[in-house]
Amino acid sequence: MENDCSLPAESAACIDERQLSIMTTGKNKSRIHCADDSLAGAVSQRACVFCGARVVLNPVTDAVHLVHGPIGCASYTWDIRGSLSSGSEMFRQSFSTDLKEKDVVFGGEPKLAACIDEIVEKYHPPAIFVYSTCVVGMIGDDIVAVCKEAQHRHGIDVIPVESSGFISGNKIVGYRAAGEALLKLVRPKDGETVEKTRKLNFLGEYNLGGEKWLVERYLREMGIEINVAFTGDSTVAALKKAPGAFLNLVQCTGSMHWVAMNLEKEYGTPYMDVNFFGAGNTADSLRKIARFYGDEEITRRTEALIEREMSRVRPVIEKYREKLTGKRAAIYVGGAFKAVAIIRQLKELGMEIVLTGTQTGKQEDYEQISGMVSEGTVVIDDANPAEIERFLLEKDVDMMAGGVKERFLAHKLGIGFVDHNHDRKDGLAGFDGAIRFAREVYATTCSPVWERLKTNPFEEL
Amino acid sequence: MLECMPKATVQRTAGKINPAKTCQPMGAMYASLGIHGCLPHSHGSQGCCAYHRMGLTRHFREQVLASSSSFTEGASVFGGASNLKTSIKNVFEIYNPEVMAVHTTCLSETIGDDIPNIIKQSEIPEGKVVIHANTPSYQGSHITGFSNMCKAMVSYLAESDGAEKKRQVNVLPGFVNPGDMREIKRLMSELGVPMIMYPDTSNVLDSPLTGKYEMYPEGGTPVSEIRDSGNSKATLSLGSFASEAAGALLQEKCGVPCISLKMPIGIRGTDAFITAVRDTFGVTVPPSLEIERGQVVDTLIDTHFHYQGKTVAVFGDPDIVIGLTEFLLTMGMVPKYVVTGTPGSRFEATIKEMLDEAGVEGSRVKAEGDLFELHQWVRDEPVDLLIGTSHGKYMARAEDIPLVRVGFPIFDRAVHPLMPVVGYRGCLRLIEMISNALLDRRDRDCKDEDYELVL
Repeated sequence: MENDCSLPAESAACIDERQLSIMTTGKNKSRIHCADDSLAGAVSQRACVFCGARVVLNPVTDAVHLVHGPIGCASYTWDIRGSLSSGSEMFRQSFSTDLKEKDVVFGGEPKLAACIDEIVEKYHPPAIFVYSTCVVGMIGDDIVAVCKEAQHRHGIDVIPVESSGFISGNKIVGYRAAGEALLKLVRPKDGETVEKTRKLNFLGEYNLGGEKWLVERYLREMGIEINVAFTGDSTVAALKKAPGAFLNLVQCTGSMHWVAMNLEKEYGTPYMDVNFFGAGNTADSLRKIARFYGDEEITRRTEALIEREMSRVRPVIEKYREKLTGKRAAIYVGGAFKAVAIIRQLKELGMEIVLTGTQTGKQEDYEQISGMVSEGTVVIDDANPAEIERFLLEKDVDMMAGGVKERFLAHKLGIGFVDHNHDRKDGLAGFDGAIRFAREVYATTCSPVWERLKTNPFEEL
Repeated sequence: MLECMPKATVQRTAGKINPAKTCQPMGAMYASLGIHGCLPHSHGSQGCCAYHRMGLTRHFREQVLASSSSFTEGASVFGGASNLKTSIKNVFEIYNPEVMAVHTTCLSETIGDDIPNIIKQSEIPEGKVVIHANTPSYQGSHITGFSNMCKAMVSYLAESDGAEKKRQVNVLPGFVNPGDMREIKRLMSELGVPMIMYPDTSNVLDSPLTGKYEMYPEGGTPVSEIRDSGNSKATLSLGSFASEAAGALLQEKCGVPCISLKMPIGIRGTDAFITAVRDTFGVTVPPSLEIERGQVVDTLIDTHFHYQGKTVAVFGDPDIVIGLTEFLLTMGMVPKYVVTGTPGSRFEATIKEMLDEAGVEGSRVKAEGDLFELHQWVRDEPVDLLIGTSHGKYMARAEDIPLVRVGFPIFDRAVHPLMPVVGYRGCLRLIEMISNALLDRRDRDCKDEDYELVL
């Protein structure tokens, strides 16, 4: 196998410092190294603080997202995450201060202020998020002051997001910057109060494939309303009602756990982790929510819903399970929450997890992951493509779940691929999502195209 | 999207909305991938590198690798020298490329890292090469970055033996797809003139699926060829924005005369390209190419009533838009709005000259424009067709106008990177795409009684 690898095995296993970030379950006694900075010169799959902040806030649909920096930062994150909106499409516009050399030399504050004024005049948005970028942090533009003045001038929320890319290569730091901006947005102004309700907030759900809407339907059937999601298909007005929620659900823990903690601290709203990826996880999460409400009618409705949906899902999963049992799967995704969810789903489909890793997992995440997979599974933090390639080959993987940067590597190696990241187009959450996910895994693992790859018709006999 | 467009046309002075360009490093990374065995390296924060890789991956549907200096706050305060030195060491140790092509970012430019000096102080393994281009994101566009990396190839690698120039031609193809580069190579082999082309991303970003992953695929111009380009008899630089600077530098450095041409899109562009080769090398244009040209003329006249007189908004990178505009005029279409995001008054002058020559009046032309402004124009006075990148799809939907996808980036359609828009074959493809888009629209919109089998 080693000879088939495009890089020599000893170098693909890479630099010594990386060894601590890779472990094989059952073999290593020591704990995995994670959340380190990436090495200079590494081909990392990671992005930056700005990216983290941008993906978390982007689905606030009626806000203007103004990127203060040279044009690239705005271009690359223009509709980067295909979140769906039931109303405003404002968030799909790309606003940039388009900084030029002159601005870098003399400072970009005047241009930023002018941009905000023109945007307000043109669009009258309820809020503007102003993202700082590398060069802005470097030249020391005081975006906090510019935003504060603009807020005063226009009487709308103009919220600075401190997301200079160089602060860290770890998107988690950007999630925090976004979280701070959200807390600032939802905090009632002096003299304002937010009415308490029985509704819940759904944190860490970005409505990439309409998942928020799906879960909303389940909850409604149970007799529970969503107050607002952070931030899928949200609006500024709805977010401002967040402090009035009865409960906060946290799905993507990496981006929203910290926000949930702070919402509890400031407004006394309790939170719980949920996970709507996979039929089993969905049922567990719905039951957990029903228990929290402690209402007999809600419990009865929840059980009826789960019974009905599971009887629909089970035969489908069973059908695909027959085709997929024993196939070998790899998972490499951004956050640990997603990895955990996919592991469980693939196991339900009868597949064996032989390789898994995340870009931003923490120590406790990796402990949880190790507990879920069988002995001999390779677990990697912040993997580079060479490592992914090496283990895909070594572990003889049939199907990989990951993001766009891994897709074409997998394809070239003759391995099926499912996008469980920004590029996915269909909702993968809930009971329907479980069916879709199973179908996608089957379609890519057992595609007829692989048959054409197996034989070379022109081979000289 | 429609409700996001303000009713009144507003004048703006600051910033961009819905840009029609991106920043220099993206173009530099793409150019680097056209050198054989090259690992592009982004000297800046990790995010930049991730974005460029993601953008290129989404367009080409291929794995794109590049390393990053992984700046942190420390590097930003104390300078990026040690990050780059460590990167150079790590890149050759781990990824072992033939060439490492470093480009800067707004961050490292603002810090003021002296890249040539840092490279000089670094340990570079025997036989390996490190080149660099300064690509500050706050100047120009991705096309400028592409151009700067092409210049770096010349300044670091091209050499002249001082002897008599060889019977070979250099071609600088500009920021086009591998399918276009393949087509240029085919045309040149038909003409029978030995060629060195760089960058060349064919067999890199359109490589076959074999079950084996090649980190450094077969394609890309070998360093030896780029070196030897200093000994060629002439350089054809295709597109003044992406290629002319490198061609001029090669002329200055190695005395290779540079013939500056438009990108060979459309009949006139392709004619000019082939004529330049014929005149420089005294070759006869083979009948095969005359047949190809004749097929284009034949197809144009067979289909002209499908599109002649229709109005078009065309937007994208300047060299491609210039070529497209010229072909649209040949097709008898009316380029009503012509926009590029890249700055440069030459763009406006070139397009206006072409429009004047064709007698087209009342068109609006803009360099360094954005798609918000174009959308305003289109909303105020609609056109029949949009030609440009995927980012035009919002406008296409809001205004219900068909969009023909040409250029970079295209994220929502496949196969396009493997197909040419250059050369005579590119003409046929453009005619097919444009007339099909208009005819599909007609079939969709016409009344039952007007629904025809034969069109």
